[in-house]
Amino acid sequence: MSNQAILNQFAPEQHNILEVLHAIQDNHPQNYLTKDALEETARYLGMTKSTVYGVAGYYTMFSLKPRGKHVIRVCVSPVCEIMKVNDVLLHLEKELGVGQGETTPCGLFTLEVSECLGQCQEAPSMMINEQVYNKLNAEKISEILNTYRAE
Amino acid sequence: MIQETRVILKNAGQNNPESIEDYMAAGGYEALRKALSIKPAGIIDELLEAGLRGRGGAGFSTGMKQQFTSKGCQDCPQRYVVVNADEGEPGTFKDRVIMEEDPHLYLEGTIIAAYAIQATKGYIYIRGEYTDSIYKTQKAINDAYEKGFLGESIMGSEFDFDVEIKPGAGSYLCGEELTMLESLEGKRGNPRIKPPFPAEKGLFGMPTLVNNVETLANIPVIISRGKDWYRQYGTERSPGTKIFSISGQVNKPGNYEVELGVTLRQLIDDLAGGMKDGKTFKAALLGGAAGTFVDAGMLDEKMTYDNLREKDATLGSGAVIVLAEGDSVYDILQNCLRFFRHESCGKCVPCRVGTSLLVRKGVELRNGNPGKMLMLQEMEKEAELMAQTSLCPLGQSPILPLKSAIRYFAKEL
Ligand SMILES: Cc1cc2nc3c(=O)[nH]c(=O)nc-3n(C[C@H](O)[C@H](O)[C@H](O)COP(=O)(O)O)c2cc1C
Ligand code: SF4
Ligand code: FES
Repeated sequence: MSNQAILNQFAPEQHNILEVLHAIQDNHPQNYLTKDALEETARYLGMTKSTVYGVAGYYTMFSLKPRGKHVIRVCVSPVCEIMKVNDVLLHLEKELGVGQGETTPCGLFTLEVSECLGQCQEAPSMMINEQVYNKLNAEKISEILNTYRAE
Repeated sequence: MIQETRVILKNAGQNNPESIEDYMAAGGYEALRKALSIKPAGIIDELLEAGLRGRGGAGFSTGMKQQFTSKGCQDCPQRYVVVNADEGEPGTFKDRVIMEEDPHLYLEGTIIAAYAIQATKGYIYIRGEYTDSIYKTQKAINDAYEKGFLGESIMGSEFDFDVEIKPGAGSYLCGEELTMLESLEGKRGNPRIKPPFPAEKGLFGMPTLVNNVETLANIPVIISRGKDWYRQYGTERSPGTKIFSISGQVNKPGNYEVELGVTLRQLIDDLAGGMKDGKTFKAALLGGAAGTFVDAGMLDEKMTYDNLREKDATLGSGAVIVLAEGDSVYDILQNCLRFFRHESCGKCVPCRVGTSLLVRKGVELRNGNPGKMLMLQEMEKEAELMAQTSLCPLGQSPILPLKSAIRYFAKEL
């Protein structure tokens, strides 16, 4: 779907900007907001480019750089830390061969960290795109990654 | 041995959350029917006398907030209700369970609150990561419209009310009510200066009631069963039940709804299955990152807003993060300090600089620094200064975990 088609689903009012940016970002195969997309959004919502950049840059769920097809967000907040999320992160970094904030060369995964995902009763936790994964350990992570690789 | 008192969570896990029929069969939307037959001021009086206090963290009287908002800016053409479903305080996951397992409950509470202050438009601000909460709430809204519980002339009355979901996009600070209003207006999440309070000048400059999901979920039962029934639970100054989110080193982490006034020991031993694998309790972080550490000496204190405040602890959102012997209070304190550095919006100097400084000094504590006690004093002084000079409550928060960690665990920091 074109950005313009997405924009047309919303009333051209500034208060819709977060929904608009979510929809445009989700529609991009590399999960990010391009310069063109931000400019089209500014024009459509009647906002200045700098205001739109300001909003897009503020919220952590938005990315201004290309990301992988699947965005992994690992919770590093207190409960997950107590429940050994650092081991999980190390394992992910090893399996993917990338560090935090980086994308695998094949373009399949981006590894990010996040604050509390509200899943603490089954920590440690992560999300891949919109899917939550809980009670993580090394073995489970390999399995999960394989299901995405097999797609 | 205490048990749960499931008032708010009575349907959770029992009913199909996607079925409005299930909700209605359990008495759902009867409170709304009753509310619409009472004058709005009567609803506010009932809530005032029931003594309900905000469950989003600050514990402010819900009835009073409604009263202020219903009286705020009489010339304004519009009044809003905003539901705070941004649940971002680390260790808190109670609103998510209400939204995922009984979304009609807080929706009904929202409609009653709107009627009480005569608002005709509402927004539910749900954090962007909570996709299932968004899905279930949207389904509930659609079905409520279909049954005539939303929209024009609700249940044949003269009251009109529309509500829609607004997803967040990953910012803890947007859970703070004034910042949430900025975000709802489509701006960066920078806080506003108080006053004016939202009750006077809130969303788009109009009087606005901001309430937490759990707070709103309390309203239907208060209206349908009355203040006296409600007050049988809890204590005089903290009536009702509260959902505690218990996590960390316990056998059965989860949400437990209890009367306000149970002790930390009861929560851990009677409800959460005791310490994980028989480990020894070391500390709990109450209320999340913007909360306080306590040690074993606090296990038998009553968990009420006032009692904890007297002991320099916090109830906050109801997060109870349990640490066992072997866990490092230092690591968790640093985690909280990093959290604030990450979530600081950078608008004011004391918080922008202070949050970074605290993390850096925290790291230095472990670099074989000989003057540890001195360093801790400096950190505390810095956090006090931030508390006094920061623009918004985020900058006033790091002092909470820091000071309490020093108080109970200075030796090992
Ligand atoms: C930094 C910060 C984050 C907050 N996050 C939340 C939140 O996620 N959910 C919430 O209900 N209240 C949050 N609050 C509290 C709100 O500002 C406000 O007190 C609450 O929405 C009032 O609702 P209540 O009276 O029903 O508790 C936060 C406050 C601060 C300072
Ligand atoms: S205290 Fe922190 S979060 Fe609040 S306005 Fe200042 S910089 Fe922003
Ligand atoms: S601390 Fe990780 S999900 Fe809450």
